[in-house]
Amino acid sequence: MLKLNGIQKTFNRGTINEKRALNGVDLHLNPGDFVTIIGGNGAGKSTTLNAVAGVWPIDSGEIIIDGVNVTHLSEHKRAKYLGRIFQDPMNGTAATMEIQENLAIAARRGQRRTLKWGITRKEKAEYYELLKTLDLGLENRMTTKVGLLSGGQRQALTLLMASIKKPKILLLDEHTAALDPKTAAKVLELTERLIKENNLTAMMVTHNMKDAIAYGNRLIMMHEGRIIFDVSGEEKKQLTVEGLIKKFSQASGEEFASDRALLS
Amino acid sequence: MDSLFNYLSSLPGAAAQGLIWGIMAIGVYLTYKVLDFADLTVDGSICTGAAVCAAMMTMGCSLPVALVGAFLAGLLAGFITGLFHTFMGIPAILSGILTQLICWSVNLKILGMALGKASAANLPLSARNFDTIVSLLDVNKSLVVLGIFCVVIIGMLYWFFGTEYGSTLRATGANPNMSRAQGINTDAAKIFGLVLSNGIVALSGALLAQFQGNADINMGKGAIVIGLAAVIIGEALFGWFARNNFALKLTTVILGGVVYFFVYSTVIYLGLDSNYLKMLSAIVVAIFLAIPYWKGRYFGGKIKHKEKPRMGGGEHA
Repeated sequence: MLKLNGIQKTFNRGTINEKRALNGVDLHLNPGDFVTIIGGNGAGKSTTLNAVAGVWPIDSGEIIIDGVNVTHLSEHKRAKYLGRIFQDPMNGTAATMEIQENLAIAARRGQRRTLKWGITRKEKAEYYELLKTLDLGLENRMTTKVGLLSGGQRQALTLLMASIKKPKILLLDEHTAALDPKTAAKVLELTERLIKENNLTAMMVTHNMKDAIAYGNRLIMMHEGRIIFDVSGEEKKQLTVEGLIKKFSQASGEEFASDRALLS
Repeated sequence: MDSLFNYLSSLPGAAAQGLIWGIMAIGVYLTYKVLDFADLTVDGSICTGAAVCAAMMTMGCSLPVALVGAFLAGLLAGFITGLFHTFMGIPAILSGILTQLICWSVNLKILGMALGKASAANLPLSARNFDTIVSLLDVNKSLVVLGIFCVVIIGMLYWFFGTEYGSTLRATGANPNMSRAQGINTDAAKIFGLVLSNGIVALSGALLAQFQGNADINMGKGAIVIGLAAVIIGEALFGWFARNNFALKLTTVILGGVVYFFVYSTVIYLGLDSNYLKMLSAIVVAIFLAIPYWKGRYFGGKIKHKEKPRMGGGEHA
């Protein structure tokens, strides 16, 4: 479903701030894979997702989504293959637009936007049912501006928007990191349900090792812009947080140094 | 008593001028409020509209053709600003200023062309000699005509921003990251918004030239401030009835323009040196722009959406 071949990316090349963010990332996802990505700060987790999303051009390598080479496609053209959720709940929705308008924008992802009316009556009925499944009461507030929702509600809505038009790949970039623990758990639960129901292929960056182990069928660990550890299936189910930390020191030759990951 | 009579009889003219600038302010509203883009092109494009209309009519074009010509010239000015910003990566404000400067030279040329000169700073367009649609000489007719213009423009914009494509412009202004993630070409949306906005501004310039009976190279000076003032006054005084309806919001902008020119006439009647008017407008706009910031900073209220709100849920939950 997704093939990353030798992705390289250096930021601020030739300056004092030069940072080699991706140093030859190779990854092959099968359809239906739900892979969690962990690693210390600056390991290249989010950068990998941004490379797939096309936020900036990569220096070298190839990105192939479902057989289509998207390496040189611009961000908005690639969007039709992708569903994206960001760390900041403010980022995934348009605050000054209504809940139903946000959904209508997402429902037209990858389509030509015409001069037809932006939201049909039939759609509104569909969105009502869809929002009902969130169990947050949003179905009764469809004309409310999204800016009035809480972070958790916005993240749930973003998830709905990302999956409303079934994406080839769902990109989750620490999408629960800014939420309180209870809300984060709810949003994660919803994430898993949507992935299962729609049979999506997903990549989820997380700082929470427990979540990384508990969710998905595959786990990869990144370090200094490379994938240093990749487990799936039975082997992944056997993982423990302690085991992961040990694996990290073995593979990288360094102590695991992210308090955030250890404490959460 | 005489001066009071003069003041009262000047109010219909002020209303007509307010409607013309209200149309101009709708253009400002589209960039400043909808696209979140402070576009200074308008200081140039309003005069371009006036110059093109006056020049075309002087050279024998009919009024509708001249209006269309002015509109197209405005579209072009907006397009240039759009290219500066998106294709060439120049910051929004600077892009507008650059186009404004381009317009200045072009406007001098256009005004001169009609007179057979290399350049000119002023071109008369009197209702006595031309078949104008609005004029200070017939204020009542002008008010009717301008009212129709306002209704048609608001109606068309209401329709457009409700469409699938129109929604992409609103989304781009609200959150460009989200828009790109949802497959919207934000560069194209910005260019389109700037084109549309400056087309409307140029059209209002064409109407203004007819109304005051000439096109002048200086008529666009500070236009952005008058436009912003109309947007802000309209929102402050009439925002309560507009709620979330886009057509009503545009109507408040027009009303804001009318109030601005009523105030303008009034302070002149009260004997204020009219040289101070631009300064006063600027100060009023500055204060109104500061209010949301002050509210957030000193009164702990909710900060405007453009400021990054605190992270994490709970606030509204």
